[in-house]
Amino acid sequence: MTDHLPPQVTAEPGAKARLSPRKKQRISRAIQYAVLVAIVVGIALYADWGSLAENFAKPDVADKALPELFTVALRNTIIYTVGGFVFSFVLGLVLALMKLSTVRPYRWISTLYIEVFRGLPALLIFLLITFLPLALPGFEVPGGTYGQGILGLGLVGAAYQAEVFRAGLQAVPKGQVEAARSLGMSAARAQVTVIIPQAIRIVIPPTTNQFVALLKDSSLVLFLGVSGEYVELAKFGNDLASQYANATPIMVSGLTYLLVTIPLGHLSSRLEKREVRAR
Amino acid sequence: MTHAIEIRDLHKHFGKNEVLRGIDCTVEAGQVVCVIGPSGSGKSTLLRCVNLLEEPTRGKVLVEGVEVTDPDVDIDAVRRRIGMVFQQFNLFPHMTALQNVMIAQQRVLKRDKKEAEKVARANLDRVGIGDKAGSYPAQLSGGQQQRVAIARALAMGPDLMLFDEPTSALDPELVGDVLAVMRKLAEEGMTMLVVTHEMGFAREVADRVVFMDGGVIVEDGSPDQVIGDPQQERTRTFLKRVLHPEG
Repeated sequence: MTDHLPPQVTAEPGAKARLSPRKKQRISRAIQYAVLVAIVVGIALYADWGSLAENFAKPDVADKALPELFTVALRNTIIYTVGGFVFSFVLGLVLALMKLSTVRPYRWISTLYIEVFRGLPALLIFLLITFLPLALPGFEVPGGTYGQGILGLGLVGAAYQAEVFRAGLQAVPKGQVEAARSLGMSAARAQVTVIIPQAIRIVIPPTTNQFVALLKDSSLVLFLGVSGEYVELAKFGNDLASQYANATPIMVSGLTYLLVTIPLGHLSSRLEKREVRAR
Repeated sequence: MTHAIEIRDLHKHFGKNEVLRGIDCTVEAGQVVCVIGPSGSGKSTLLRCVNLLEEPTRGKVLVEGVEVTDPDVDIDAVRRRIGMVFQQFNLFPHMTALQNVMIAQQRVLKRDKKEAEKVARANLDRVGIGDKAGSYPAQLSGGQQQRVAIARALAMGPDLMLFDEPTSALDPELVGDVLAVMRKLAEEGMTMLVVTHEMGFAREVADRVVFMDGGVIVEDGSPDQVIGDPQQERTRTFLKRVLHPEG
């Protein structure tokens, strides 16, 4: 065998001299580092750090935001978000069950709702809500400003949550319904006792993401023309920023959002991993 | 005399696919009938037509004289008298073994919690896993899960039991535990219709063996006849493949 080397080994004379894949990788990485360093040095040299700090991170302006940042703004953000979330959770479940219903018109209604509310910008819904009292004289959204904000977030969130629930309900194996039905449970009883509890478990991670999305969308309450005790984080930051002609309060609001959204994001991915392991 | 199960000219089509093509079969109270046959022969579909998990295309199914295929029959009430055990166990994963066995008693038979728990524990003991009452399905082996599933069906006090390949999803060393439970049930006089590939079980436990192929019953008789001395070529070919897979 040894005195009979296969010809293809020697057929590529340059093979040895050319760069090995590992060497290529090393050079490519070195170039990427060089580009990064160049960009960082460039930004560090050309940015006016003093002016940036003055406008975006001024300690005494940031100080003005306290304690209302937490006692009023964050509190309201959470009220709008949790309210909208509960609304969208319930309506979303109903829409998902309608979408999977054997009654065809229910499926149509649900599909239409989901398509419309997912297809429209959330901002547009909020603008429309401000016109509700004009359209329906004498009608007032219960709960006043809170109610309006919760309604807007809930209507939009329900469309997304419905799709989350639909996927969750369909992810429950068919054998589960069959087992329940074969024990004599009615179709409705099987849904309530066996299918929905499992679907809710499956949708916990994507639902956490929905909650984060609603939390961010709660900034749209700004367009309801809220003021005073009803302001949430975005509006609060914006108002203070105008007052002091300085962007620091907006930055502070932003940090407060991150204080909630980043841990929730991590929670969601941890739940997702647990869900994968449990299967 | 009413039969435990009476099947008359049963047809089932899935679209253009004719899975059952005229099945006639009866099971008497206290009998154990094993249905054998190659995959795709319609055995599982036949079983699933008995408690109407599949709606027959044509023909009649009577359970204890009640025509389950009659649209006016309360199918939920009929199903309470028919226990069913699935190949994939289909335990409710969000409930413990005990809750799995209790839930239908409480929600369907309206037994109170104490009574349901008593019945559930007795049935878990009956299948030999009373000590696993607090475990979730994911914490149990396949054999243990299948026995919980049997206990869940038994807790409803059924008159007859349907088994749909109950050991096919099990690791070989766990098959014996489940078959032992089924054997005990048979000895206690339970009416059983069993779709299975376990020829040893069929031969020892069954009163009758039904061989199906291509959506029809090819042979129907005692285990000694059908497995021991098959008359039809199709039966012989199938048995040769199952009993001597290497040859």
